[in-house]
Amino acid sequence: MAKIHKSPWLIHYDGSSCNGCDIEVLACTTPVYDVERFGIINTGNPMHADIFLITGGINSQNESVVKQIYEQMPQPKVVIAVGTCACTGGIFKECYNIKGGADTVIPVDIYVPGCAARPESIIDGVVKGIGLFKEKAAALSAEKKAL
Amino acid sequence: MTISERIIFALLYIVLAPFIIGLLDGFDRKISARMQGRRGPSVLQPFFDLKKLFEKEFLTANKMQLFLIRSYLCFIVLSGIIFFGGFDLLLVIFSLSTAAMFLILASTATHSPFASQGTSRELVQIMACEPMELLVAVGFYLATSTFTVSDIVSKSTVANIRYLPGFFVGFVFILTIKFRKSPFDISTSHHAHQEVIKGVTSEMVGKEYAMVTIAEWYENAILLGIVGLFFVSNNILTVLGGIIAILAIWFLEILIDNTSARVKWQLMLKLAWGVTIVAAGMNLFLLEIIRG
Ligand code: SF4
Repeated sequence: MAKIHKSPWLIHYDGSSCNGCDIEVLACTTPVYDVERFGIINTGNPMHADIFLITGGINSQNESVVKQIYEQMPQPKVVIAVGTCACTGGIFKECYNIKGGADTVIPVDIYVPGCAARPESIIDGVVKGIGLFKEKAAALSAEKKAL
Repeated sequence: MTISERIIFALLYIVLAPFIIGLLDGFDRKISARMQGRRGPSVLQPFFDLKKLFEKEFLTANKMQLFLIRSYLCFIVLSGIIFFGGFDLLLVIFSLSTAAMFLILASTATHSPFASQGTSRELVQIMACEPMELLVAVGFYLATSTFTVSDIVSKSTVANIRYLPGFFVGFVFILTIKFRKSPFDISTSHHAHQEVIKGVTSEMVGKEYAMVTIAEWYENAILLGIVGLFFVSNNILTVLGGIIAILAIWFLEILIDNTSARVKWQLMLKLAWGVTIVAAGMNLFLLEIIRG
């Protein structure tokens, strides 16, 4: 894992999560888990972000926000749904205001299940995301050359 | 200084500055992480970041922004050439403030509320730093009777820090603002923590952000060069002292960054001007008395 010298910058958006998953996401940046050793930065700016971490399900209020964040991110980009809620709607799935997981509005690349998702599995998901990011970047530059 | 020497120094600056400062930035992140009990990224991380930024898709709301950022970069490099080529120190300061204007224009070009917020804070920062920067040039003039960098070095028989301790203290104080370190990282910072999205760089995507980063490295090289100038005299050995001083100040800034919480801009302005007036003002007064 130490060989992954890339610089994936994250943007974390809290959908309608119970905050359980958010705390775990933030725990990743603490000294115990230290995601910065992979070059990961938690940015608040979609325009600088490469990886979009969503926690919590989608409801009619945050739908447009999630879409907008996704659209503001420049290619290549990777979307990771963190926690059962973001994957499927989870425990809130049957609620009248919940549409379902993050994939109901934007394409999700990686699903990290768990209620709450553990920091280890979040980091695993992000590392998988970095791999995918590399592939997408390669495809994008190939596309650019072909033009 | 002969003209060929000037050209060599200027070329060395253009080629080496981004690598040296980029590496220092990498060490900064490593040392900061260690201070916080983390392992931290590789020291080459700033270069990986740059490479990635250049590969990102370019989205922009206003094409003008790219032009303005290119101008910003050009003016910073120009200031560096003036400084390391050994020309007028005053010109360096003026050309740096012109560059800052391009950054401000670039950030307002998109009319984003986040970028505007960052811009107004950036302007406050400029207001806080500018008097001290100008005073440093004045201080060197009072000590050596010249504004020309090459003459400042060749004419001084002892390091100018002897005559300019107050100016040095004031300059180091505003360096914290210039390097965008806590507690003064009001408009944007390079670490995980940030103020209202990303300040002036909120709307800068991919290669634009990369260029701003490179420009900042070039600018930091000039500022650290000025720190060195306080310690260098016509004795070649003092260059070593200059380098040690630069590294010490760099470490001090990292220490300040990791041990201090953030302040509001009002306090920043008061503190920066307070230190400028007290430290540099006293020094100026004493120098005038000595000169009679
Ligand atoms: S998956 Fe569990 S912990 Fe995470 S947001 Fe949903 S309910 Fe909360």
